[in-house]
Amino acid sequence: MTLTLTLREEPVVPLEAEALCPDRLAGARREEIAALPVWHGNERTRIGEFFSVSGSGDDVRLEGDLRRVKFVGAGMTAGRLTVAGDVGMHAGAGMRGGELHVEGDAGDWAGAGMQGGTLAVRGSAGRQLGGVYPGERAGMRGGEIVVHGDAGAQAGAGLRRGLIAVAGRVGEAAGMRMLAGTVVALGGLGPRAGAGMRRGSIVTMAPATPLATFVFSCIHRPPFLRLYLRRLRALGLPVSDEQLHGRYARWCGDGLELRRGEILILDDVERPEADRRNQIAGPDAPRR
Amino acid sequence: MRLHGAEIADTFAEAFPMWGSRVLITAATPAWALEAGRSMTGFATSVIGCKCEASIERELAPDETPDGRPGVSALLFAMDREGVGKRLVERVGQCVLTSPTAACFNGVAAEDTVDVGGQLRFFGDGYQSSKVLDGQRYWRVPVMEGEFLVQERFGVIEGVAGGNIIMLGRRAESALRAAEAAASAMRSVEGVIMPFPGGIARSGSKVGSRYSALPASTNDALCPTLRGQVEHTEVPPDVEAVFEIVIDGLGLEPVREAMRRGLVAAAEAGASHVTAGNYGGKLGPHHIHLRELMP
Repeated sequence: MTLTLTLREEPVVPLEAEALCPDRLAGARREEIAALPVWHGNERTRIGEFFSVSGSGDDVRLEGDLRRVKFVGAGMTAGRLTVAGDVGMHAGAGMRGGELHVEGDAGDWAGAGMQGGTLAVRGSAGRQLGGVYPGERAGMRGGEIVVHGDAGAQAGAGLRRGLIAVAGRVGEAAGMRMLAGTVVALGGLGPRAGAGMRRGSIVTMAPATPLATFVFSCIHRPPFLRLYLRRLRALGLPVSDEQLHGRYARWCGDGLELRRGEILILDDVERPEADRRNQIAGPDAPRR
Repeated sequence: MRLHGAEIADTFAEAFPMWGSRVLITAATPAWALEAGRSMTGFATSVIGCKCEASIERELAPDETPDGRPGVSALLFAMDREGVGKRLVERVGQCVLTSPTAACFNGVAAEDTVDVGGQLRFFGDGYQSSKVLDGQRYWRVPVMEGEFLVQERFGVIEGVAGGNIIMLGRRAESALRAAEAAASAMRSVEGVIMPFPGGIARSGSKVGSRYSALPASTNDALCPTLRGQVEHTEVPPDVEAVFEIVIDGLGLEPVREAMRRGLVAAAEAGASHVTAGNYGGKLGPHHIHLRELMP
């Protein structure tokens, strides 16, 4: 059985609705759900003021235009929550378990500070996907984020553990100051990827030029990557056989930090040899 | 009891608990996976002399392995959980870590686990790193070829060791043929290994010896050459050779099933007699009667 909450109309100012979470909704009676608190701007009000409730059960579905609804699924620990469309900022932030499925786009800070569970976005995600809140020592600390579209800047910033996988392109400074964990960008990376990273892996299937503080190591087939790519393929991301069996250029960095992190760039054998060499060493760069 | 012309003794195999694990080894080619598996399970015929019993369970197709490469699964048994852990660290470290292109994964889901990759990571001398995927930690150990990938923890479960059948033949050749057929039939059962060479032991043992240092010695009652020498022989006058197959499994039922298939195959292949080894019921809690295995 599915419990469905339908947003009657888009709120005038953003609605902060941390109560829209299976931990609070699953198994609750309709009147209990309607009485749960939300913030509409600076006004404390109730879910029932904005949502109509139908059905019942542990499988929770949110319908309507939720682009101005923030913190959906934030802190959830179990259960399954589906958003039938777009969702606002901070969706799944700090979640510890369960599954949050967004069938449209997700706003900024989706999965920020996440500690467990799965966040799946069928569309694209905004900035700071799985990112780190100001003042926090680390961002995402566990779980999996899978985005079928693109992701904005600073995806995986401060990442400590877990996997962020994006089928499309990832914006600038992906994995900035990351501590560990894995960011996979099947569609390519923006500039300054891995700036300040200490450990962890950033993987891309498109040509990329790492920062000057990264050092080329070798081209090889990382055994761990096959596990990850098979997992992503099982989750529905378009991982090709060439990517699965491919060779990757390994760049170590960031040299301004521990230089224990890595950027892995698929070595595209179809590209001219000169281009590939330039990508690895830079046209004029000496070997460091 | 008779089956396909073979006399089946009304006796039982006496099996006992042992702790076991399943190791999945993958490599770039089936040949290298097999090479690593053979190396890891070498010198592991009997816990008495080798501290563990191990063998390759079967070869794995790429779609059966965690990393999608060809592989083998191997089972390893020891007397306790700690023993399984120690042997795995030794053998994976010396034989799989060193083997070109090989990676190593846990192959059995169990509550009890032992740390394997978490020990072997130190070979990386500080350059090792780990990945956590789907709740499992994997260690990446840099090596001259590239990287060795090994799962941190391996499941251990209480298995069953000491299942066995003993085949007698009127000619040495027919006895070996029957044993080969039995071992081949047993290999089709998942969750068991036959740890002796080719699955077959020509030197079944009895407990103890006249020499105090030895925990086991030759099973003189089943040695054809001693028929005229020992007080109680179990070798009929027309029998030339005797072979034993020892079976270890991750559970009692796979061991029983392997014995059943082996019994039938041995009888079909020309064994004159089939029996089983036991210690009068004093050693192990699992008594597998040949009578119950008859088709």
